[in-house]
Amino acid sequence: MTAALRDRLAGYAFVGPFLLVYAAVLIVPLVMGIVISLHRADLFGRREWIGLDNYAQALGDPVLHQAFGNTVLLAVLIVPPLTVIALLLALALNRPGKFAAVLRGVFFSSLVLSVTIVTLIWRFILTPDAGLIAEGLEAAGRAPIPFLSDPDLVIPAIAVTTLWWSLGFPVMLILAGLQQVPGDIYEAAALDGAGRWTVLRRITLPAIRRTLLLVVMLQTAAQLQLFGQAQLLTGGGPGGASRTIVLYIFEVSFGRWELGYATAIAELLFGMIIALTLLQYWLVTRHEEPRA
Amino acid sequence: MKGARLHPLVVMALLLGAGVMLAPMVWTLLLSFKSNAALMADSGAAFSGPYTLENYAAILKGSLTLQWLANSLIVATGATVGVLVLSSLAGYGFARLEFPFRRTLFVIVLLGLAVPEQAVILPRHQLFAMLGLHNSYPGLILPSLTGSFGVFFMTQYFRAIPKELDEAALLDGASRFTLFWKVLLPLTFPAQATLGVFTFLAAWNDYWWPLISATTSDRFTLTVGLASAQMNYAQTSGLGFLMAQAVFASIPILVVYIAFQKQIVRAMAGTAVR
Repeated sequence: MTAALRDRLAGYAFVGPFLLVYAAVLIVPLVMGIVISLHRADLFGRREWIGLDNYAQALGDPVLHQAFGNTVLLAVLIVPPLTVIALLLALALNRPGKFAAVLRGVFFSSLVLSVTIVTLIWRFILTPDAGLIAEGLEAAGRAPIPFLSDPDLVIPAIAVTTLWWSLGFPVMLILAGLQQVPGDIYEAAALDGAGRWTVLRRITLPAIRRTLLLVVMLQTAAQLQLFGQAQLLTGGGPGGASRTIVLYIFEVSFGRWELGYATAIAELLFGMIIALTLLQYWLVTRHEEPRA
Repeated sequence: MKGARLHPLVVMALLLGAGVMLAPMVWTLLLSFKSNAALMADSGAAFSGPYTLENYAAILKGSLTLQWLANSLIVATGATVGVLVLSSLAGYGFARLEFPFRRTLFVIVLLGLAVPEQAVILPRHQLFAMLGLHNSYPGLILPSLTGSFGVFFMTQYFRAIPKELDEAALLDGASRFTLFWKVLLPLTFPAQATLGVFTFLAAWNDYWWPLISATTSDRFTLTVGLASAQMNYAQTSGLGFLMAQAVFASIPILVVYIAFQKQIVRAMAGTAVR
């Protein structure tokens, strides 16, 4: 056996195990999904080819339209504030010392909790029946607010819950981005007498724009797939006011057993996420020199 | 910027924000130490004594919580070990070895970064049903092992190690595997720690997949088990017990997080700029 052949075999031996799992548990389902979405299919293996009918049904489904609106609203209420708050926190906490270190720990802490625990806690914060907020309002002589059963308040309530839960990871990413900015740029700027605001706008923000882009792309993709908070806090209610696209996929597949239709909705969501991610990437990087 | 002192107003805002982050957790902790009966009478009772350990005793005694804890530990540990092994092997292969279709295969792996869970979860449920994998540990662990990020992350890390190390070891007559195992792998420890913690965290907190794959209560992970307890709240356990479950379920993950916090933040610096 020649050395070159042995090297080739070694290559496949090293990458092979991952590629096998990747093919079997990701690529096969990915292809299966496209096929299933073209069938009238239930959970138990019945299949009937119906072409694009599931997609046509999705376009005319008022429940899906409502879920789509809810999901987009949630993403709009979550992603921009999350990015801005995370940026401000990272700017304030990007410094040595015990005070900043302790606060970093505090702001990271909620990210280790599971969605079940977050909703368990927030359900009892938000409930008008002796919840934490209701207790506070009562102490101030005000009536409790039924956040989760008011169709106008339920989406903001889920957005706030999600903000509280999701803050840590973007702060971490932006802090990491800030640490990559070479310190001598700041020294040069200080020598030139640049003020804090100028430094932030001219040096810091341009230097971390890739990190901010990453945060926005990851968060948009994550929030468009918001599921657990809505399912656990409200079950999509009241009257579908907080039903998200993924919650609807869950209901259609595991409640109504219409697997083909649910898969078609999932494929549409997949397309939407890819398109939005590419759009965001293009918008931010179109003026940049191509990277070597 | 770095050395500048914080304005007092900024300090106030930070402290206020920290209060908002911590208040729900402190409240949960207090509730978990109250008897269900006392909370039934007045949930405001959380802010004053007497406190009790009875909810924690109830968890350790009767409930399925310990079984769920064991399931979560097995699934999260299995996922972490699996991801570290597969990603390290593949990362080394892609970074260092020459073989046909290497670039194409690497691009196919990278494309996986763009595939959201929703695009595969329903057909995967079908596939695993055909293979009889539901309500089993492999069924819960396998989906975690498809993550492209680990391979990408480890490939980057191996690429950053100087090639002279390889050449020196190969001249000494080491095999490819010895080189990987004895020389390069020990150098990747910081990356392993970061990837490991995030994999453990993601697997521990995963909800959607175990919700539909583990359907018998003795196979629930903690996340799914707590959700079912939450749904049945009215009928069964009291508020104090639920909150004790929540605290109990958070302890292992908090321990992992605190133990590795420095490593996580340091290693994230390498990925955030890409």
